[in-house]
Amino acid sequence: MKKNKNQNEEPQVNNASADSESFSLNDDRRVKVLSPSMLVFKRFIRNSLAVTGLSFLLLMFLFSFVGGLISPYSEDQQFYHTVGQVKDVAGIAENNDYIYAANGDEFAGAVQSYARLAISEGSDTFQYRDTTYTLTKEGKDFYSISLNGKNIGIAYIDLVNPVDEGQTFSYDFIYNALKAYAAETEVAEGEEPAAEETAAPAPMNFTADGAEYTVDADGYIYSGEEMVAYIDRYVTQSILPDFVITKDFREALIGAIDGKVGSDDFGGKVTLNYTDENGKEFKYELEYDALHEKWDVQQDTKTTKYYRYGEPDSEHWLGTDRNGMDMLTRLMYGGRVSLVIGFVVMIISTLIGVILGGISGYFGGWIDNVIMRLVDVFYCIPTMPIIIILGAMMDEMRVDPDIRMLYLMLLLGVLGWAGIARLVRGQILSLREQEFMTATEACGVRVSRRIFKHLIPNVIPQLIVTCTMGLGSTIITEATLSFLGLGVKYPYASWGNIINDVNDTYVLTTYWFIWIPAGICLLLTVLAFNLVGDGLRDAFDPKMKR
Amino acid sequence: MWKYILKRLLISVLILLLVALIIYALMRSLPTSYVEAVARQKSQQPGAKSYEEWLNQLNEMYNMNGNIFVGFWTWLTNVFQGNFGDSWHYTVPVLDKFNDTIWVSFIMGAIAFFFEVIIAIPLGVIAATKQYSKTDYVVSIIALAGISLPTFFFASLLKLVFSVKLGWFDLFGLTGREHDMLSTGGQILDYANHLVMPVVTLVVVSMGSLMRYTRTNMLEVLNADYIRTARAKGLSERKVIYHHAFRNTLIPIVTILGGSLPGLFSGALITETLFSIPGIGFASYHAMVAGDIPFSMFYLVFLALLTLVGNLIADVLYAVVDPRVRIA
Repeated sequence: MKKNKNQNEEPQVNNASADSESFSLNDDRRVKVLSPSMLVFKRFIRNSLAVTGLSFLLLMFLFSFVGGLISPYSEDQQFYHTVGQVKDVAGIAENNDYIYAANGDEFAGAVQSYARLAISEGSDTFQYRDTTYTLTKEGKDFYSISLNGKNIGIAYIDLVNPVDEGQTFSYDFIYNALKAYAAETEVAEGEEPAAEETAAPAPMNFTADGAEYTVDADGYIYSGEEMVAYIDRYVTQSILPDFVITKDFREALIGAIDGKVGSDDFGGKVTLNYTDENGKEFKYELEYDALHEKWDVQQDTKTTKYYRYGEPDSEHWLGTDRNGMDMLTRLMYGGRVSLVIGFVVMIISTLIGVILGGISGYFGGWIDNVIMRLVDVFYCIPTMPIIIILGAMMDEMRVDPDIRMLYLMLLLGVLGWAGIARLVRGQILSLREQEFMTATEACGVRVSRRIFKHLIPNVIPQLIVTCTMGLGSTIITEATLSFLGLGVKYPYASWGNIINDVNDTYVLTTYWFIWIPAGICLLLTVLAFNLVGDGLRDAFDPKMKR
Repeated sequence: MWKYILKRLLISVLILLLVALIIYALMRSLPTSYVEAVARQKSQQPGAKSYEEWLNQLNEMYNMNGNIFVGFWTWLTNVFQGNFGDSWHYTVPVLDKFNDTIWVSFIMGAIAFFFEVIIAIPLGVIAATKQYSKTDYVVSIIALAGISLPTFFFASLLKLVFSVKLGWFDLFGLTGREHDMLSTGGQILDYANHLVMPVVTLVVVSMGSLMRYTRTNMLEVLNADYIRTARAKGLSERKVIYHHAFRNTLIPIVTILGGSLPGLFSGALITETLFSIPGIGFASYHAMVAGDIPFSMFYLVFLALLTLVGNLIADVLYAVVDPRVRIA
């Protein structure tokens, strides 16, 4: 290169002094000499595999670094979609059997059945084991049983249902509530034809367990302003914890199912359109469960969910992943992470390797011995298991994903320098015996300069080849760790942790678009690095005859 | 020669001690809270020791309270007495678990190694003899693709194609559902059936480097002067390649193969885990993820030992196989 330049500077002089054409140093007569780097480049270009690899690499870089900018979505943008969902929200059942409540011990199983018999016969007393019990009709389908003038139990069909589920009422409360309700309804029925202005009769008061309650004609029981229970033969139960059955909704439900069972046009299902107090309209399906004699109330709702494992379409070219994120965008950002980690790790390893290898090779002797034993030690340390152990620890300690990524790069870098140090040292061992090193010594060049300015540049070709190949294997290592869930963590994407989803066999078999593209990206990138490294090795090798 | 081997052996022992010290230091520097959390978790396993017992045993084994070198010495004396402690994850002595799993790994590794050798070496030789031909390109690409293929991706592909779509093999495990009801021959076939996919994975992923190594060395030999001499003598190409060249290529190949023999015992961490093959790799992966310090420590030291033995074998073989190498 230098020679060429010198000649270029004074072609005029040469031309002037030369008489004949044969001595001319005109450009057209000069032997074309290529610089060494140009030679390498030419040899590299001629290797079609290497060029293919290089174009793959360029493509991957574009895809990862530019793609992320072009993509309309961000790395961890989640997508939602609404799905119609039929949810069981409540159950409702009608009670047609007498329920017995005992006050004391004297109203046991056998007495109850005799009481039931007496109710159906319409008699006032019944006998059981020489004892005569008195049956008093207190209201519609409501009887009290007494023994020797003492109340021992009640039989009723209309249930006292607590508003607050799980709450139970004392016998005293049930008895008094039912009594008050019976009185209330009797009054209402009695007054109805007489006076129309008292359509809504005054609520009845009763006392139970020392507290005051009121019951209205619809059977709702209040403690002051708060509704505590209702008397009705329909039992409603909410299945979902946040689904509250309001008084209004209950009435709508009862209205919808009342008298349906047994009627001719009953198909087992009833639909109900209900507008709640906020004006929101809901569609309910009431399904009759004949076995348990109850109705299942199902709500037709629109639920917003993560767009999980969405099939590829025009909006999401590669579908969406488990968290409802755009797969193609994740793939781009994943490539970024994988490549950046690969480069950072390689830079760390190369720095340590070159410095230690250079020192070791240049000085030789005991320094060399110590450093080489250190290299041996690092060669023996199993990288993958150690990172797995530390990864599991970081999982347990809930280390931040950013910091994890940093640790991962540092660990991989620090554990990976041994090979490079060995390579550099081996090269320098032979290089330092050459004449140019004697020359630098004679010139009095500093030792650090001798190593890093004169020796290391001569190792660079091999270094580039090793690093290129090393990049590929580092990316695989990182991907493997992320695949195991111990490397790069959510919310960051990496090609490895994208494929992680195949641990779920269902994903493996059903959603190819989740993991195959990431695997292909990974394969292509690593293959490209290896092809380029291979091509560079051939290109740098002057012995290669092609 | 013996002196050289002895020297190498001594150095190896020294290195192993250093590696063990580093691993020990690493295990010790795990945060106490983590160790205690794991011990507490493990103590709730059925049949496990109590929390205090685990920690006491750990302290006894690793002498956590003493300084690091004293602790290392305590561990070392224990190890020399064959005591690696009890695995937290498997709640049996570490060596018992090791005995249970190592042979599965070894057999799988040996089968894969066999196929690797009989596929990679011939292909490497052929590629070298026909340098820059189509065959060479194909072999090179296969080799590079094998090296570049992430194990987990390839294994997943195999699973998708051969277990899910074709249904030839089970997705996981070493034995089928009816394994216990089969005759001895049937049981062996059952094992073989379950080993097909893991072995294929191992072979494809690892044969690339051997193929390229063979090719490179064969090329070097083919450019040597004595090959030119052999050709000049008028020997048939067959004789030149398989008699003169290949035998010389065998020197580095035997060296590297000998060096990789101990690796058969190391187990294939990823492959075994992916296919749930109950080998040492699978066992130690779960132990490591579960924070089982005794087992992890044992496995790490074991791996370091295998690497050292491999290097030693390679170096010694190099001197033994090649009569030109003379080491003082």
